Amino acid sequence: MEFILEGLVKAFQLLFQGDQETFSAIWATVKVSSISMTVSLLIGVPLGYLLGYLSFPGKRAIRTVVDTLLALPTVFIGLVVYAFLSNRGPLGELGLLFTLQGIAIGQSILALPIVIALTATSVESLERALQLTLASLGASPLQKFLTSIREARLGLCIAAITAAGRVLTEVGISMMVGGNIKWHTRTITTAIALETKKGQFATGIALGLVLLAMAFTVTISLSTLRRRN
Amino acid sequence: MVQSQVKKGKSLISVFVIMFLAALPMKADCEQLLLATTTSTDNTGLLDYLAPIFTKATGIELKWVATGTGKALKLGENCDCDVLMVHAPAAEKQYVEAGFGVNRRQIMFNDFVIIGPDEDPAGIKNQEVCSALQEITEKKSVFASRGDESGTNKKEIALWKQCVSQVPQQQEWYMQTGQGMLATINIAAERSGYTMTDRGTFIKFEANSKGYPPLKIMVEGDASMLNQYSVIEVNQARCPNVQTALARRFGDWLVSKEGQKAIENFRLLDKQLFIPNASAE
Repeated sequence: MEFILEGLVKAFQLLFQGDQETFSAIWATVKVSSISMTVSLLIGVPLGYLLGYLSFPGKRAIRTVVDTLLALPTVFIGLVVYAFLSNRGPLGELGLLFTLQGIAIGQSILALPIVIALTATSVESLERALQLTLASLGASPLQKFLTSIREARLGLCIAAITAAGRVLTEVGISMMVGGNIKWHTRTITTAIALETKKGQFATGIALGLVLLAMAFTVTISLSTLRRRN
Repeated sequence: MVQSQVKKGKSLISVFVIMFLAALPMKADCEQLLLATTTSTDNTGLLDYLAPIFTKATGIELKWVATGTGKALKLGENCDCDVLMVHAPAAEKQYVEAGFGVNRRQIMFNDFVIIGPDEDPAGIKNQEVCSALQEITEKKSVFASRGDESGTNKKEIALWKQCVSQVPQQQEWYMQTGQGMLATINIAAERSGYTMTDRGTFIKFEANSKGYPPLKIMVEGDASMLNQYSVIEVNQARCPNVQTALARRFGDWLVSKEGQKAIENFRLLDKQLFIPNASAE
């Protein structure tokens, strides 16, 4: 039992004495999730807008596919991205296996369906009158897009925060594609997995607390946004 | 209120952009060598100890992926690493013959031991390896196996074949963890079972348990339990992208007087974990 208490004490030591290994893992997590969030938002928001705004044959089917992809398992993404990035694979030339960029590719795939689905839903729920008004004012497609996005901003924030929560906490992609390389691709989640395997609970608990703090921040920003609405 | 929300959205976006920009200059600014290795060299802390000494001597930064020997060899075969530090001599020789690796050199050894709980339910303490494994089979005592084609796992399978004529499969008492050595020892400890490990990782486990490990050495000292580590360069003829020059310097350094001395000086609980033997071959 005492190792749990020990873990809490160690957690504060690691964090407040600026332990290099701990901060390297935290920094890797911040870097890699920032890249994947940026990429998935830049691609996902326009696609989600189109999916929510346009009506075309087969739209229902695409929605179903996107909704299914919400449950994409991270180990499967990890496996596929690994196979593509390996030097034996089609993208081996890029040399992205065992790098943070490689992990970011996998995490973007993880986040993309979330961003697309939630953006589409919030665009769909905008009043139809908005589109008519915009059309009658002679808005260009780009202006329509920007206005709708602005009107749907709450939904977009929720999409971003939900995706960020998933990206921050995944371990399968980081472990398989990143290889858990110390000082380089060791993220908070892969470090926790490693420390637990090694029986070093204290460090694991310390890192878990950091992850909790990050998730807490995300949740707080979500509820703040909700309240403001 | 709408204003503040727009502001909030903007600030959220700018935070992401700043983080993204901060993440961009990640490319290496010094020479980096990617080593694929077994879990024992990583779990014991040997690489944490050797890497800075190596970097100081050569200016090369060492990165490593710690996995079982089988997976490490596979990484080399797929051209996904530059150099290997592994411990399965038979598999290594085949590997070099197949043209996947070149310039295999012995660097150090320790030995395998069978460890188990103090109560010793199968009664194997101080027995010979074969009779110990036969007792474990007969008493159906819990035995944790790596089950991951690592060097240790290959050795263990060979011993089962030699001593009990077949490898246990789907037996309730035979647990294949599919994980690293230290993880497997921890699983064996949780289940009060036996396992086979290299001595280096066991000493690390002792150190982690503050000198009072729940599992103790039961069988040791058999000549067949030698555990030889070697370094192999990934063959550049097959893999044009690998950094053979750096890999060669890593191997050269490991077998050099300085590298061998460093290996010899690595201790935990005042015990030496690996015995250098580069010139022995």
